[in-house]
Amino acid sequence: MQRFVISQMLLSLDRKLLRDLRALWGQAIAIALVIASGVATFVNSQNALRSLESTRAAFYERSRFAEVFAGAKRVPDSMKSRLEEIPGVAHVETRIVEGVNLDIPDLNEPALGQLISVPDTHPPLLNQLYLRRGRWLKPGADDEVLASEKFAAANELDIGDTIAAIINGRRKQLRIVGVVLSPEYVFQVKPGDIVPDPKHYGVMWMNEEALSMAFDMEGAFNDVAVELLHGANIDEVIFRMDELLDPYGGRGAFGRKDQISHMILEGDIRGLKTTGLIAPTIFLCVAAFLFNVVLTRTLALQREQIAALKAFGYTNFDIAWHYIKFVLVITLAGAVLGTVGGNLLAGFFTEMLARVYQYPEILIRVRWSIVALAISVAATAALLGASAAIWRAVRVPPAEAMRPEPPANFKPTLIEQLGLGRMLPNVARMVLRQLQRQRIKTCVSIFAVGLSVGIIVVGQFMQDAIDYVTDLQYNRVQLYDIQVNTVEPLSTDITHALASIPGVMHVEPMRSVPARVRYGPHYRRVAVQSLPTDVTLTQLMDRHRATWQPPPAGLVMSKILAEQLGAKVGDLVSIEVLEGKRPTLKLPVLALLDDIAGLNVYTSLDSMNRLLREAPRASGAYLRIDQNQQAEVYQELKEIPALAGVSVREYALQSFQDTIAQNMGTIKAINLTFAVIIALGVVYNGARIALSERSRELATLRVIGFTRHEISAILLGELGVITVLALPLGMGIGWSFAYLLSTYLANEEAFRFPFIIEKSTYGLAVSVVLTASVLSALLVRRKLDHLDLIAVLKSRE
Amino acid sequence: MSSNPPHRERVFEAHDVTKTYHMGEVDVQALRGVDLELYSGEFVVLLGPSGSGKSTLLNILGGLDVPTAGTIRYRGDVLTDFDDSALTGYRRRHVGFVFQFYNLIPSLTAEENVALITEIASNPMTPLEALSLVDLAKRRTHFPAQLSGGEQQRVAIARAVAKRPDVLLCDEPTGALDVHTGILVLDAIQRINEELGTTTAVITHNAIIAEMADRVIHVSDGKIVSTDVNSTKRRAEELEW
Repeated sequence: MQRFVISQMLLSLDRKLLRDLRALWGQAIAIALVIASGVATFVNSQNALRSLESTRAAFYERSRFAEVFAGAKRVPDSMKSRLEEIPGVAHVETRIVEGVNLDIPDLNEPALGQLISVPDTHPPLLNQLYLRRGRWLKPGADDEVLASEKFAAANELDIGDTIAAIINGRRKQLRIVGVVLSPEYVFQVKPGDIVPDPKHYGVMWMNEEALSMAFDMEGAFNDVAVELLHGANIDEVIFRMDELLDPYGGRGAFGRKDQISHMILEGDIRGLKTTGLIAPTIFLCVAAFLFNVVLTRTLALQREQIAALKAFGYTNFDIAWHYIKFVLVITLAGAVLGTVGGNLLAGFFTEMLARVYQYPEILIRVRWSIVALAISVAATAALLGASAAIWRAVRVPPAEAMRPEPPANFKPTLIEQLGLGRMLPNVARMVLRQLQRQRIKTCVSIFAVGLSVGIIVVGQFMQDAIDYVTDLQYNRVQLYDIQVNTVEPLSTDITHALASIPGVMHVEPMRSVPARVRYGPHYRRVAVQSLPTDVTLTQLMDRHRATWQPPPAGLVMSKILAEQLGAKVGDLVSIEVLEGKRPTLKLPVLALLDDIAGLNVYTSLDSMNRLLREAPRASGAYLRIDQNQQAEVYQELKEIPALAGVSVREYALQSFQDTIAQNMGTIKAINLTFAVIIALGVVYNGARIALSERSRELATLRVIGFTRHEISAILLGELGVITVLALPLGMGIGWSFAYLLSTYLANEEAFRFPFIIEKSTYGLAVSVVLTASVLSALLVRRKLDHLDLIAVLKSRE
Repeated sequence: MSSNPPHRERVFEAHDVTKTYHMGEVDVQALRGVDLELYSGEFVVLLGPSGSGKSTLLNILGGLDVPTAGTIRYRGDVLTDFDDSALTGYRRRHVGFVFQFYNLIPSLTAEENVALITEIASNPMTPLEALSLVDLAKRRTHFPAQLSGGEQQRVAIARAVAKRPDVLLCDEPTGALDVHTGILVLDAIQRINEELGTTTAVITHNAIIAEMADRVIHVSDGKIVSTDVNSTKRRAEELEW
């Protein structure tokens, strides 16, 4: 009874709709999958973008993330009020920030810690900490610390565990009482690194009194964070802060845009804004195209049905609406699947973000407004694709539609007009003429299959670029095993001391000088790397692996830095040194280095020491060690009080690979899935339509004695030509996308993707798409076996 | 059936052939026990109303369909034992088909449509020779869309005979044509039968065409009801309807 009522409610046309869908289910699913991919990528990228923005905004606001930061050598507390008087400054928080070497239980190699003071009596007002586990510091406790979450997790440290720190030359046990997050360290990266290495770099917060005593900083501070009033002129504030702090060894104030964690987050959000719409656009364009070709064919087959419906009195609108519903049902099915898929993607995405970011929580929740937008964009694209086909079929007058369509017009192809036709077998001619007759469809099909090749190339390109960078950075630039930094610039005698450690084979000194590099109105804070001219353990290398020597006089600088300053080779730039006697040096830019990470300035160690009018000094050194005596060397280094930091290249590399590899794996898997969906969607639909259009011809050929094998060649030849033409085009598309992406990403300060595509990337893209094509072809090929020879011959199409 | 010329070689021998189609839940008996012999070089017309089973019979002789029961021999080979690929080979080597709706390949010219066959046959005539047989040599570079219905059908005949088939099977070859063009097409078929000696079977429901035949086989309700031998065959150009 129930069933009867429902079937009564369905109009006959709607029943036809359901049956049409059932008849075309393979094609409908293929299109729905493409739509689903478009909706999923749209929902994911827009959700992720908004979630990242809102997560960050919420965390910054709740924790009162400072807007200006400055470091100095030692500033008396009395200067705090002077800083507060600067117009535009709302709140000033002073603190002590010190780098220390850490000795972590179960960790052979040394690690680096950053200790930050918090007021004993009250929590900090700016850069407030989010307590994830444990408790706050007890007032007056001098051995308690709060540890950053990723550091604790990477070293499997828990509340109550202790680690040793070399504080001002003395070994001190620090007990972890809480695990915290800070807006300053959402992206926690050791200065000079490009990816986090939480195992070997940790940030910890400690009571101010204890820290000031440990570092002889009573009544003084060496770091300041500032909150601004609404509408304050940040450049003005920075200028005044520098004026006040310069006498106390100020290292230059800077705004959020130069704060490393913020800079990285900003880059990611900007990246998502630009690239987030590319994938959905591709998918929806492909879906529109598929609707167009499938409906064009379906409507051609239903030409007489349409005529009959019109003869019965259905209006053009009734019939058009009928087919629009067909489109909408598929689109909606795809959209529902896409929404589910988008949430799944969002889950992966959250995991990826959680791997690198430290937020209290990253909640990528479904925003229904975005889902609604995605669905309406998908429906619009689908209808745009379908409308031409529907309109073309619907407007034919009934009497004309009752008659069969006139035979298709063919012409000799260009190849034949050139006189090369004689070389072609007839079967090849059939294929080529068919392709030529439906030029637009052929071109779009080639382009769409090409896109799937391109998508894989772009996905793999990122891997190639990362592999290249890893090789460049860790095998070619960094030729040392260990890099050490001193607390303060020391006599270059340190190199002898280091060289005398058993197991150290070779030592080269370096000096990193904090400075403002200024040209005209522009300036940036940098560390000028001063290296021996005959340095061997590190290289000045550009993205093409060309090397430079540290210049005996003058500077070599990152190309991107020169562009930001507006400086060219030969220009004199000012180096305002931010330590020691703080001289301002005028030095010529001798060469620009098109490097891949950071804003770098290089000169020779001799010339820097000469210019600073100091005895030869070093702020660090590069070491090569005997790998058999690793543990001993580490142990010795941990005990040297003058060292503020020890980085081991091997572990930096490992950390880089761990973080990147996991995220790249996810991205590549997603990319491959999408590329296969497009390739399958386009080739399978193409094959089904070709089969439908050619079944009469193919049956005729079977009747007159062609084997199944031979007619398959004709049907699949068309797809073969499309695929074969699509492959080089797709490589071109992939190349261009990758080029655009690398150009866009080439302007990032922290890390610049080089443009590297390995041959194996093209190989992978081609084989995946080829496999998808062959698979679609085989699915359709099976249908050839059921070709009804007699029925085809009896009827006129 | 005793009136067959005894000196001629038997090309086809059908014995008690039945064919049942399962159309959903209904069984349709298209052939109900047909016995038939066709002889080398003869021109046979199968005459009967639509639905009488004559097309089914022709399709079975041509290796397009298999009977439900009964045997068919082609020059001693048992056609009914052939599998799909053997049937394909049989069609390829021995049978020429002409259909009511021509079934030319629209993307190939007249000559190329014929060449489709000559490329896979073992001892074909050239496409041009075949087109000359149907008086279409001068139209050889035309595509189907540029030819009239009669011309398209003559190209189809050229395509069917280009491989020098042993039998030519024509299913309502004039069904879609007007009288004048229909006669031109029949004339082509008749000349091929006479000049090449190809055993020819033509299906029609037009009794006039039967006057061209050596023998006329009347089919009705899935059975052969009678066979007439024409003492005098008429030329195609003498026919009118």
